[in-house]
Amino acid sequence: MAERGEIAATRFGYGHPIFDKSPDAGRMIGRLRGPDEAAALWPGVALSEVLKTVRAYRTARMEEKKAGAKGRTAALKEVQQQADALALRGAQAILARAVGSPDGLRERLVQFWADHFTVTSRRSIERALPATLIEDAIRPHLAGRFSAMLRAVITHPAMLIYLDQVTSFGPGSRRGQRQKKGLNENLARELLELHTLGVSAGYGQDDVRQMAELLTGLAVDPDAGFRFEPNRAEPGAETVLGVRYTGQGTEPIFQALDDLAVRPETARHLAMKLAVHFVSDTPDPGLVGAIEKAWNLGGGDLLAVTEAMLGHPAAWAPDAAKARQPFDFIVAALRALQVGPDRILRMEAREFRRLILQPMRDMGQPWQQASGPNGWPEPLEDWITPQGLAARITWAMHAPARLVDPLPDPRALVETVLGSRADERLNWAVAAAESVREGVGLVLASPAFNRR
Amino acid sequence: MERRLFLKGMGVLGCSAAAHPLLTTLTLAQGAPGLNDNRLVVIILRGAMDGLDVVQPRGDAAFTAARPDLSALPATDLDGFFALHDALSSLLPLWSAGELGFVHATSTPYRDKRSHFDGQDLLEAGTGMDVTKAAVRDGWLNRLLQAVPGLTSETAYAIGREALPVLEGKAEVRNWAPDQDLVLTAQARLLIDHVYHDDAVFRDTVEEAFALTEGRGDAKAQAKDVDLIVDFAAERLRGATRIAAFSQTGWDTHKGQATAIKRPLERLQRTILRMKDQLGPDVWARTTLLAMTEFGRTVRQNGSGGTDHGTGGLMRGGRGGGARGAGAGALARPCRGGALRQARPAADLGCAGMGRPCDAGSLRA
Repeated sequence: MAERGEIAATRFGYGHPIFDKSPDAGRMIGRLRGPDEAAALWPGVALSEVLKTVRAYRTARMEEKKAGAKGRTAALKEVQQQADALALRGAQAILARAVGSPDGLRERLVQFWADHFTVTSRRSIERALPATLIEDAIRPHLAGRFSAMLRAVITHPAMLIYLDQVTSFGPGSRRGQRQKKGLNENLARELLELHTLGVSAGYGQDDVRQMAELLTGLAVDPDAGFRFEPNRAEPGAETVLGVRYTGQGTEPIFQALDDLAVRPETARHLAMKLAVHFVSDTPDPGLVGAIEKAWNLGGGDLLAVTEAMLGHPAAWAPDAAKARQPFDFIVAALRALQVGPDRILRMEAREFRRLILQPMRDMGQPWQQASGPNGWPEPLEDWITPQGLAARITWAMHAPARLVDPLPDPRALVETVLGSRADERLNWAVAAAESVREGVGLVLASPAFNRR
Repeated sequence: MERRLFLKGMGVLGCSAAAHPLLTTLTLAQGAPGLNDNRLVVIILRGAMDGLDVVQPRGDAAFTAARPDLSALPATDLDGFFALHDALSSLLPLWSAGELGFVHATSTPYRDKRSHFDGQDLLEAGTGMDVTKAAVRDGWLNRLLQAVPGLTSETAYAIGREALPVLEGKAEVRNWAPDQDLVLTAQARLLIDHVYHDDAVFRDTVEEAFALTEGRGDAKAQAKDVDLIVDFAAERLRGATRIAAFSQTGWDTHKGQATAIKRPLERLQRTILRMKDQLGPDVWARTTLLAMTEFGRTVRQNGSGGTDHGTGGLMRGGRGGGARGAGAGALARPCRGGALRQARPAADLGCAGMGRPCDAGSLRA
């Protein structure tokens, strides 16, 4: 049976080898309350860098048009290369932090909230945008209030673009009237359905519509990023879930977001999501209740919410009921192989694609390309599919040898990485393997390693 | 080429589950002795297709008033009242031959919230709202597989990276992306079997993976575009396969619909025509092709030249020679039960969608 330290490392972190062998809940929470060291150590991509590239792209496009050039000009190609480099750096930073940080809980929470607020980029020039949302709107708020995270996410250019808010105009606003433009409900709907209340909450089409009117004015400026544009904001008050919002600028919008953040439906929705993501596809109702209660008591204080989850006995149930998602799998494997963050940051685009991005796609999780705003599925059966498992086995057998030289002794690896979670069958098979390569592959392909 | 157009089209898409080209899945079911020679092809149009744009009621003044721009684009008159979107103009011969029909103003019981994900689940399940969530996710095709004697789990296949709920449930389903391979030494394979032995999920999954990769060889590099799926499905349908289901995406046209809807329509048209061609006249004559979407869109165009989530879907039925001319609503005959009957009394979509095969008795044991 797995020890508590192993459960902490695998269920609430990215697995062994861990920096302290037996982390307890108190220490994990303490670290989460402290500074975000990983972000400082392995810097990511700033929104300003992405905006700069997009501006350069626009300029190059205009000049290309003016010159009547055929095909893509050198200037355009160069800007695209810059954008690709940014995207690569963004992805590498996320991976390096997960692999290198001793604060596994923080990194797992980053992925949880990034998935909760899924964004993807549709233009290759903006490929690094999703990473900047994580940087600016997720990481700073992991131990703060949900309302603060919600405000930051909903006003982030990546979200405003992804869910079409940038094309929404108050029909009665100055620009709406002049340019005959109107509402786009996309962000308003997902804000209620996915980000806060949940689809089973008692809201209706009118609430969505009113929310869409309320959100008008949120816009993206090519220089500054987020900007509120009063001349596209629908004039007058809006009523969402029976609450009337009036006032100028972002103030009524933020008020509505703050209200949504502490609604009991939101607490229930997020408590369930947290329990499902971290613990079990069918979580213990007591665990969900405890998280929900902490949410309601603390007004969406995420530190208290996380603490409530870790403080419940059901969070420490011995059976590993969840599958590691492909990103978790690769991070845990890199940690097991002691492939450090520096090695990841040094990877050329091609190597990174071949060893990390393409395998993740084969395993069913293309990088930052969830198919919709509801993010990745949770059930084990969605990940342990014939082709998903085949991709994991293939990676386990072939990738390690390209990452580490010499490979670790598989018999030692199974001990340090899986400890008491390795069963007799695995120990026997690892020793019986024809080569070190296959022995290592068996450890990483084992059910024990792929479950958490 | 088709593939590149598809990717390019994504640039103007909205939110949907749907905006990913790699998610195409094909589900095939083949024969119990009780099934006779008829075929059913189901295409789920993910993202909420705007039926009012596809078959436009141009004879209705309220329609043109609500959509000053979208209703001004070229379209072909069908019957003096409805007009067919130009991107489907190559389907007109099918319409004239009485092989094509449309059902307007049809909806699942899922009306108010208009979430793609819930809407698709419901559509693919064909159940009412009054069952548990778990039951809602259990697709109708899967129940059919379990209900028809001799129709074993061996007969269901899926290709692609996403399982369609139509084949979720108890019966075993096979999922495979055409380009994934699994090559191991004999010893490694034995050891994997040994290590997975006590974990049922891993054991069964890897067994399936090995079974599916055996003797695949050159198929590895195959592309995943429409033609591949259609050709593969058609090949099977010419053989023992009786049901094929897959989905197409790109219908969530929140903005710039005039442009955005063209690609998915062209793709759908290509699918239908290629399916007919690949099946050949004999099999096509015995095939019912049904395309349906999770819900409709607003009648009024929105502020960004698109439409938001609304009610009222559209289904399109195609049928090989011998079918009567099918106008709007022609498929909406009452469902008389049989193998496709729902767990609960079918709502209107259940009837319309299942009506034809039920009535024909073609899929009954």
